[in-house]
Amino acid sequence: MIKIRCDGREISVREGTSVAAALLGEGNLELRRSATGAARGPLCGMGVCMECRVTIDGEAHRLACQTLCVAGMDVKTL
Amino acid sequence: MTPSPDVIIVGAGIVGAACAYELAQAGARVEVLESGIAGGGATAAGMGHLVVLDDNEPELALTKLSVSLWHELAKTLPAAAEFWRCGTLWIAADAVELAGAKAKLDMYTRHGLAAELLDERQLYEAEPQLRAGLAGGLLAANDAVVYAPVATRFLLEQAKARVTRTTVANLDELKSGAVVCATGSLTPALIPELPIRPRKGHLAITDRYPGFARHQLVELGYLQSAHGESGESVAFNVQPRPTGQLLIGSSRQYGVDTASIDAPILSRMLERAFGYMPGLRDCRVVRTWTGFRASTPDKLPLIGKWRGNIYLATGHEGLGVTTSLGTAKILAAEILGRPSPIPPAPYRVERFHD
Repeated sequence: MIKIRCDGREISVREGTSVAAALLGEGNLELRRSATGAARGPLCGMGVCMECRVTIDGEAHRLACQTLCVAGMDVKTL
Repeated sequence: MTPSPDVIIVGAGIVGAACAYELAQAGARVEVLESGIAGGGATAAGMGHLVVLDDNEPELALTKLSVSLWHELAKTLPAAAEFWRCGTLWIAADAVELAGAKAKLDMYTRHGLAAELLDERQLYEAEPQLRAGLAGGLLAANDAVVYAPVATRFLLEQAKARVTRTTVANLDELKSGAVVCATGSLTPALIPELPIRPRKGHLAITDRYPGFARHQLVELGYLQSAHGESGESVAFNVQPRPTGQLLIGSSRQYGVDTASIDAPILSRMLERAFGYMPGLRDCRVVRTWTGFRASTPDKLPLIGKWRGNIYLATGHEGLGVTTSLGTAKILAAEILGRPSPIPPAPYRVERFHD
């Protein structure tokens, strides 16, 4: 198991888990807001729909479904 | 039976829509003919930067009048038009360009326009994403940006103009008191004798990075790119959208008639932008597209009578959104026989006759 931080909270996940899966495991479905303020979250799970973008280690608009968790990773949603 | 219109406007871009609005305000019944989607040509392809430019007196007079008209119109524009007085920050890369910025400041001050000279430190404070080592800048705080397709639809609605989807082949066949040709880069198809050439441009837009840029940013060398006659040029020109997205421009090419993306010039354009704002490299571009400006030899538009009952409101190069409102005032004054708000001669087609 490895530990990552998500919106300031530490969570433990199995190595090889995608960020989207880690967030879904925590019940976190709303990862960001659209330009008009509507809730958005993982839809396709294969890097196509662009709806699961989160900020990872300060870098905005990373695809949660295409990024594997790394120990110490800092993830911010919304 | 519908009464015949007093004026037929060919072209429902921002210029045609502004003319419809102005003429309707004066009581004219207006019909607008459009072959595509209203506001779907250069109006949608451009940045919607509302800017005072001072390369020559007529350009200054028309852009100054127009920007003040935009501020007036902004009071009634819908929120979706995203009018934002973000100002233009002209970037001086070195001491020579900074001297140019000082000359520009004098000109702005002489004409009663808000402007402020920034030194290297103030420039960095205003726009922390700019690279270090730039000499300074000139902030023209009254300039603004607008989402022009929405402004176009608003002007057409306000004019209560009937918009008919049709392709006009011959202006002489249109029966009306006055016919206004506002067809931008497509004008040569209707009036081949006019000195208008399409000038292709590229733009890119990024995902949302709120706060990355705060003003419309333009390198002082832009005028050289815009007004030069070289076949191909790029210039640093970045606009923050109210959503936090960043529009990145600009490129200019003559003699190209395909709308497809030209990878080498798009690449040059982006490299130019990265040279001024290195952090842009890490921003995700979500879309790129092209459009065609209607370019004249002296980069001034064609406004006024062509012949018979046919009038021109075309040839606005990259300034059509800015100068649409001033163009409409000048043209409506001529059609209605009223005094023009600024001397109209520099924009008349006769300047190209021997």
